[in-house]
Amino acid sequence: MAKVLMKGNEAIGEAAIRAGCKNYFAYPITPQSEVAEYLSKRLPEEGGVFLQGESEVAVGYMIFGAAGAGERVMTTSSSPGISLMSEALSYITAAQCPAVFVNIMRGGPGLGGILPSQGDYFQATKGGGHGDYHLLVLAPDGVQEAVEMTMQAFTLAEKYRNPVMILGDGLIGQMMEPVEFPDDLKTEPTNKDDWATNGMAHRKSDKRNLVKSLFLDPSALNNNNLVLKAKYEQMKKEEVQYELYNADTDYQVLITSYGTMSRVCRTSIDMLKSEGIETAMLRPKTLFPFPEKQVFDAAGKQSCKAVISIEMSMGQMVEDVERCVKGRRPVEFYGECGGEIPSPEKIIEIIKALL
Amino acid sequence: MQTEIKFAGFGGQGILLSAKLLAYAAMKQGSFVAWIPSYGPEMRGGTAYCTVVISDRLIGSPIIKNPTHLVAMNRPSLEKFENDVKPGGIIFINSSLIPVTSQRTDVTQLVVPVNDIAIKAGSVRAANIVALSAFAAKSKLVDLELLKECVKEEFAAKPKIIPLNMEAFDQGVKIAQTA
Repeated sequence: MAKVLMKGNEAIGEAAIRAGCKNYFAYPITPQSEVAEYLSKRLPEEGGVFLQGESEVAVGYMIFGAAGAGERVMTTSSSPGISLMSEALSYITAAQCPAVFVNIMRGGPGLGGILPSQGDYFQATKGGGHGDYHLLVLAPDGVQEAVEMTMQAFTLAEKYRNPVMILGDGLIGQMMEPVEFPDDLKTEPTNKDDWATNGMAHRKSDKRNLVKSLFLDPSALNNNNLVLKAKYEQMKKEEVQYELYNADTDYQVLITSYGTMSRVCRTSIDMLKSEGIETAMLRPKTLFPFPEKQVFDAAGKQSCKAVISIEMSMGQMVEDVERCVKGRRPVEFYGECGGEIPSPEKIIEIIKALL
Repeated sequence: MQTEIKFAGFGGQGILLSAKLLAYAAMKQGSFVAWIPSYGPEMRGGTAYCTVVISDRLIGSPIIKNPTHLVAMNRPSLEKFENDVKPGGIIFINSSLIPVTSQRTDVTQLVVPVNDIAIKAGSVRAANIVALSAFAAKSKLVDLELLKECVKEEFAAKPKIIPLNMEAFDQGVKIAQTA
């Protein structure tokens, strides 16, 4: 298929349709409202359902309902909206239902602002709602990757029966870039007869399915947590995605950065290279599971003097980087937030100070 | 090689569309492109702007502080952004609405009364197309025939206004060649 020029938000909507998603529930919020605008028009054309909830809290439970009934379902929102959905995320994860949540981050905390930010890293990767759970978190660095990750998200959500989050930011949502929609990323929905409340009529057995998150018996609750834990361990083994940039050189500094911020870092690395200074970047594409071993290995290269995490936040992913570097190199941080995006020149200045 | 073009004006002047058409033509020509709107809180009547990046390699930072060229459709846009343009670039000035030129001497200034030309072509609403084609003819960033096709394609759902925009396009090219 030929390339088309599309806004990130619209491309995410189209990718969901191409992945076979027929259910989309949402509540508008800048900077991601175009997803709802796009799908409110496109989904009915495809025989799907778009429904605007009365709030993000309601949307979270509409997602739970559709996921529990075995349907492919997605919602999109931005930071404050995701906070409101976090209760449902905890319930959906406990009940082991697959669903796709997209967070096109804006500046916080509170209502914050509407410009791009990466302030929701902790919320996305460490929980957000209550209890012991994780989302599988994918972080695109542009419109093409947003499309591919949205399509993969449905497959991963069903493989693990766990919600998957696409963690983008306002720039990725608002920017237009050329995109292709790969046919080979669409997968057939898994058979959900064993667990979903998808109706008895077509099933061979008469076993009743129950989708729930309440386990009053302590050993049953402990067991449910062990099942979740085993899934997270499997994700760590099978789903880690990352990109190394300029890492085949004798780099002096290793940058860790993701999403929009990583693109600015890429430009800085190129500019430093033309001055004869080698630096490299490790860009996690999955934020959970985090590329733990890869960060440890890349930091350990003999030429590498320091690691620096560069983010549109006040320092969040850096905690995972520090954890993975295990003290073998100093780990520094630089970040700006609220919609301020560090410039390539600023990053170069920060890196030169480390040499 | 990377070129960045900032389009600026007030809301309703078709800034975002001009920029999108340029990006679309460059994409069809095989370049890497990005179209980045400003979506910050803006007052009514304030400046709306948008940046197009055209590159022969994967685009790194999409945040551009110093563009190669500027297309200024109103006076506040010129005053706000003229000093950001890199030396050697083009500053396009819509002289129908901007009674001054830039103080910069290290850039090429292309002064075109786009609103007047658009009115003569049939409607002031085609001013953005005049600006687009005049700028494209001067900067030679994309093939003009291809760009014209992209304009036609954009208005495919409204065939009535295609002749107006084709005329506006041709007039823009013509004036850039004489300006």
